[in-house]
Amino acid sequence: MKTGLVIGSLAAGLLLAVLVSLMLGKYPVGVGDICSFFLWKLLNTRVNLSVDREVLENILLNIRLPRIVAAMFVGASLSISGASFQAMFINPLVSPGILGVLAGASFGAALAMVFSKSWFVVQSSCFVFGFIAVMTSMGVARLYRGNTVLLLILGGVISGALFTSLLSIVKYLADPYNQLPAIVYWLMGGLTLVDGNTLRNAAVPVLAGIALIVSLSGYLNVLSMGDEEARAMGVPVERVRFILIAVATMLSAVTVVLAGMVGWVGLIIPHMARMIVGPDNRVLVPVSALIGALYLVLVDDISRLAFTTEIPLGIITSLVGIPFFAAVLKRADRGWS
Amino acid sequence: MPVIEARDVNFAYTDKTVLNNISVSIHEGEIVTLLGPNGSGKSTLLKLFMGLIRPKSGLVCLNGRDVAAFPQKELAREIAYVPQVHKSAFPYTVLDIILMGRMPHKTFFFRYSRDDMRIARSAMEKLSIAHLSGRPYTEISGGERQLTLIARALAQGPRVFVMDEPASGLDYGNQLRLLEQITVLSKEGYTFIKSTHSPEHALWIADRAVMIRGGEIIADGHCGNVVNSEMLFRLYDTKVKIVKLNGSLRVCIPEAFHPGPGCGPAVYDLPDTNAEGPTGAPTAKRQKQLQVMR
Repeated sequence: MKTGLVIGSLAAGLLLAVLVSLMLGKYPVGVGDICSFFLWKLLNTRVNLSVDREVLENILLNIRLPRIVAAMFVGASLSISGASFQAMFINPLVSPGILGVLAGASFGAALAMVFSKSWFVVQSSCFVFGFIAVMTSMGVARLYRGNTVLLLILGGVISGALFTSLLSIVKYLADPYNQLPAIVYWLMGGLTLVDGNTLRNAAVPVLAGIALIVSLSGYLNVLSMGDEEARAMGVPVERVRFILIAVATMLSAVTVVLAGMVGWVGLIIPHMARMIVGPDNRVLVPVSALIGALYLVLVDDISRLAFTTEIPLGIITSLVGIPFFAAVLKRADRGWS
Repeated sequence: MPVIEARDVNFAYTDKTVLNNISVSIHEGEIVTLLGPNGSGKSTLLKLFMGLIRPKSGLVCLNGRDVAAFPQKELAREIAYVPQVHKSAFPYTVLDIILMGRMPHKTFFFRYSRDDMRIARSAMEKLSIAHLSGRPYTEISGGERQLTLIARALAQGPRVFVMDEPASGLDYGNQLRLLEQITVLSKEGYTFIKSTHSPEHALWIADRAVMIRGGEIIADGHCGNVVNSEMLFRLYDTKVKIVKLNGSLRVCIPEAFHPGPGCGPAVYDLPDTNAEGPTGAPTAKRQKQLQVMR
């Protein structure tokens, strides 16, 4: 079956990309050493390594692997929430930031950077404000006694604008020598600050969130026919949409915690997936997650290795995403329906 | 017992009254057409039947039970909604769209089963669109899309179909084929409640016409009795003559227009004796025109 083939080859491609990414870096490691190292680590078999085991352990497990896993998490999370939002809002040009989660999370992180030295506080504030921003947009929609798609989107516009201006206030008030550059670099997006601890905290929500959206992906098809039709087909629209928005918000907020602002991934990857497997969300959602993970692992390799100093990840995803978007715009010229 | 019944239903959006003391009961196998001008409350009444909105006062019952008391899924297994032909934002295949109709039979976490596939396929075969199965819904014709939506409604497994202006957006041929399809399905015992802007559609296939104006039912009865020029004038404020052709089919002839020069000579003129209603005899002005045309 075609779908199985696509998923299989994407998974194989992802595995290959992870392996190659483990090899690449300032300190090249051979494929044999990597395999032997993991054999030893996982199965405790006797192996011969051409480099010192301690060095290898440090490079692979402490430096490269967390970054690669984080890249996969961020790519999969953004793509999967992008795909869900596109279906829920019945528009293929929607991105995960539609309800203000990214603006809110950026504001939360910047705020904490100004008032706290603790990295954990920054991450928590980032996550929490992502949710606050989405609740704001849903609250605005409710204010006009509606949970309709259009009102939610208008709520998202309001909430996004609000938190973007709040972010400007924080930037303006930040100390221009240390805090402001930190905020600015953070907003460019990157995986340099990822550590094993953050990753362990992120793993459960990310994996559970992805699993939940994949298992509810059948509803996305029905939701994209409009509320009234979905309700007439027995779907509890408000409840399902609330769950999906909550999970997608959580996933997007986690990506900001891990990598700052990584733009365009959530918009273009679902498009790419749709070109390959078609629009059926039951297939599209898992395939988007795989392509997103693969894409971000590759982009992060470029960001690490292309130049002597690292280029922020978010800049590359935008530079790749914009022309791609311009190219697909022609195919996706249908607006709100 | 009626399949669907509205008892003294009132409905209002915020403070604007839309339906005022509506009572109507619909029986199994009937084709009921709602006629009424724009904004008369036809769609609102259909939504009340579907349980999509709740009446402000009064009761809507399905099989004798309050619609509000039905769990949403159970309701969707009894009554299906066929929307106006629309374009989907995403190019789902026809099969994907029809499978959506199986939602009311699924649990919260679900996968479509072999049975769902079989039911979807048999719905397609019933409407002779099996060959469209793998085609993107966005690339088929309006008539084929309407058939797809009906097949989806069939896959829900209900006995009652609610159609909000099903013919709008369809070309002339597809409108006729749609009406034919409805007649075929109603012979199998399905009940149809549809709204339309074309009184002829009521005359051609409906058993019953319910006429709504300003949120009130002004006529409810057999089409042959209620769809006449007097009632149509009350509904639409325009003079329409209803003419019986070949003794059976009735057509509406608007009287507001005088044929333009592009119409050419009349092929034949209907004898006025067949015209029904109070506007039967042509006016002097009209007679003069007919002479000019000859």
